[in-house]
Amino acid sequence: MGSRFYSTDWPFREYSLDDIGFDLRRALGLYRVIDEEGEQVGDFDVDVDRLLEMYVYMVRARILDDWLLRLQRVGKVALHAPNKGQEAVGVGAAMALDGGDWLFPSYRELGAYLVKGMSEEEILDRAIANIDDILRGSEFAVYGKRSVNLVPAPVPVGNQAPHAVGAAMAAKILGHRTVVMAIFGDGATSRGHFHAALNFAGVFKAPVVFVVQNNQWAISLPSRRQTASVTFAVKGVAYGVPSVRVDGNDVLAVYTIAREAVERARRGEGPTLVEAVTYRMGPHTTADDPDKYRDPGEVKLFEKLDPIIRFKKFLYKKGFLDEDQDRRIWEEWSSRIEDTVKKCYNKPPLPVDVILENVYSKPTWNLLEQYEELKESLEIIRELGLEVD
Amino acid sequence: MTDLPLMNMVQALNSALREEMRRNPRIVVLGEDVGRRGGVFLVTDGLIDEFGAERVIDTPLTELGIVGVAVGMALYGLKPVAEIQFIDFIYEALDQLLSEAAKIRRRTGGMYSAPIVVRGPCCGGVRGGMFHSQSPESYFVHTPGLITIMPSTPYDAKGLLKSALRSEDPVVFLEPKILYRTVREEVPEEDYVVPIGKARVAKEGSDVTVVTWGAMVYQALEAAKLVKARHGWDVEVIDLRTLFPFDKDAILESLEKTGRLMVVHEAPRTLGLGAEIAAYVAENAIDMLRAPIKRVTGFDAPFPLVHEKLYMPNVARIYMGLSKLMKY
Ligand SMILES: Cc1ncc(C[n+]2csc(CCOP(=O)(O)OP(=O)(O)O)c2C)c(N)n1
Ligand SMILES: [Mg+2]
Repeated sequence: MGSRFYSTDWPFREYSLDDIGFDLRRALGLYRVIDEEGEQVGDFDVDVDRLLEMYVYMVRARILDDWLLRLQRVGKVALHAPNKGQEAVGVGAAMALDGGDWLFPSYRELGAYLVKGMSEEEILDRAIANIDDILRGSEFAVYGKRSVNLVPAPVPVGNQAPHAVGAAMAAKILGHRTVVMAIFGDGATSRGHFHAALNFAGVFKAPVVFVVQNNQWAISLPSRRQTASVTFAVKGVAYGVPSVRVDGNDVLAVYTIAREAVERARRGEGPTLVEAVTYRMGPHTTADDPDKYRDPGEVKLFEKLDPIIRFKKFLYKKGFLDEDQDRRIWEEWSSRIEDTVKKCYNKPPLPVDVILENVYSKPTWNLLEQYEELKESLEIIRELGLEVD
Repeated sequence: MTDLPLMNMVQALNSALREEMRRNPRIVVLGEDVGRRGGVFLVTDGLIDEFGAERVIDTPLTELGIVGVAVGMALYGLKPVAEIQFIDFIYEALDQLLSEAAKIRRRTGGMYSAPIVVRGPCCGGVRGGMFHSQSPESYFVHTPGLITIMPSTPYDAKGLLKSALRSEDPVVFLEPKILYRTVREEVPEEDYVVPIGKARVAKEGSDVTVVTWGAMVYQALEAAKLVKARHGWDVEVIDLRTLFPFDKDAILESLEKTGRLMVVHEAPRTLGLGAEIAAYVAENAIDMLRAPIKRVTGFDAPFPLVHEKLYMPNVARIYMGLSKLMKY
């Protein structure tokens, strides 16, 4: 190229692209292990059992996603953000973590919750906000469980990015070998939180992996209008964070690069950003109407790139799975999840006093007074036969 | 007389924006999904077709960007309307709103001002959970330099938004989303404004003054009916409409009649606007009062997903408060 490059600090040091310490081009390319036809085009290091495990997680996420849509339609679930078509991102990324590692996901990553160790029953209880809801009726469409280091997502998108960095810095300060991962959408990269997180991660070499789930839409905004950067991954480069762009509909590509990032972080070599390019097949949420802004033909196009179908073709070609086994996997999980739905559907609601709990470690005097007011209001409602709740 | 068209609040807001954008070529609308999508509640529906993508701007997903850029546009001479998709997401932009928009007139010795309009859906009642239900008006009312408005009817929504779009000061315009499509009324298609700083008497009465705003106006009216039927008490309901500068005269005038004050708001009680109204009345008109001031508000806890109608002020809790006031 012939151009000269200079460092930021005085006296300016001249350097070449090789001195940056990582390969810039990986932020511009698209890493793949499996192509659209299910042919292997890259290397991977995963045994057959684990490949099938990945496949089953993706199937489970797809079936559960469909149930959450149906439950929302009948009013049992307040809101759902469909995961359909993006299963490879959550499953591939979360499988790269070890048991003790932490995950700060967004609201659209059913596969990641399952991999991390939240069961279908726990997810459904949460979505319905029934008596067994782990989050005690506080919020819709977010999931998490402390015992498996899965931190519930904030609804303001991307707020969790700096949390992941802070947790990673804490692990480092405490001498733990924990790695922390954050998953968030393409839209979230526009927020200040993302930029603060990347900057801190780079400066402090935090053992953190950022996964930008680029499903090409943020509600009605296509990702080419979200940013003028050629890829989302190059944003990491600007912060000195090695960044890699992968095909997000290729679960083995996501897994392989995420695993490399997790291992790097665990070796103390600092953060990585992984952009996983996928596609949001459904509406943004059950409250959205995508026909207003998106050509339905585009969805048809991406249906052909369905990550589950692609992985299945690969498994068939390799002889790791046959049609009969595949049918049994779908049947088994369809019926298991249907049974779980039935079980969760009829559980009683949360008691009324949850609305005043968990504000402080112990209720303050105003909350104690207000609890009395709440109780009295329930009596009045009964006495006067009012319809309120 | 020709019949006026029936409009809901979304249509009324849309027509205010449309009419004002025709009148004033310097008005631009910016925010997440405001263009092709027309906003997630369709308040800006169709504006992009009439005014183009230069004046109806789909922005990247960052509230601080939206409000910060709006401030810059206003400094240069445009009249930006920044939509916050849900007002619960305003917090990232508070530095721009509270430090910049609110203070820039003062900080520049009056040379510059940033009379932006920040508008968005607020408040609860639609199973929106913690971040699609909040009533954050106190942060704005507490900040010198901002005007804060919350209409409760389509007519007022249109008239007040027009006033906001002609205001020389920055305005935070809060739209109770539960009222977007539940109330319809006649709304003129020709030009009119509802002045900033003037309350509306939603129901006249002589025994108690209930000062309220937003969707709580309807709860107060319900409760007024209930106590009238059960006890014969005659409640006056004042819809504040402009939360700051609030219409102190309307409150005092009503108290002169009733001598009893209740404030009802969805926001949490502690340091809610009810506290300021109560303090104002206590300082300036305590001799008018025949009973202690009563507040019925959202509880001092984050807005819940479950049992939200028990968290928000409801007819039962307003009834309890009115009973205490009347039996004092
Ligand atoms: C701070 C903030 N602003 C606005 C919203 C409303 N909103 C919810 S999701 C969303 C789009 C998010 O897009 P992206 O980050 O790409 O994630 P995706 O939904 O595509 O998975 C918006 C604007 C929000 N949740 N948080
Ligand atoms: Mg997206």
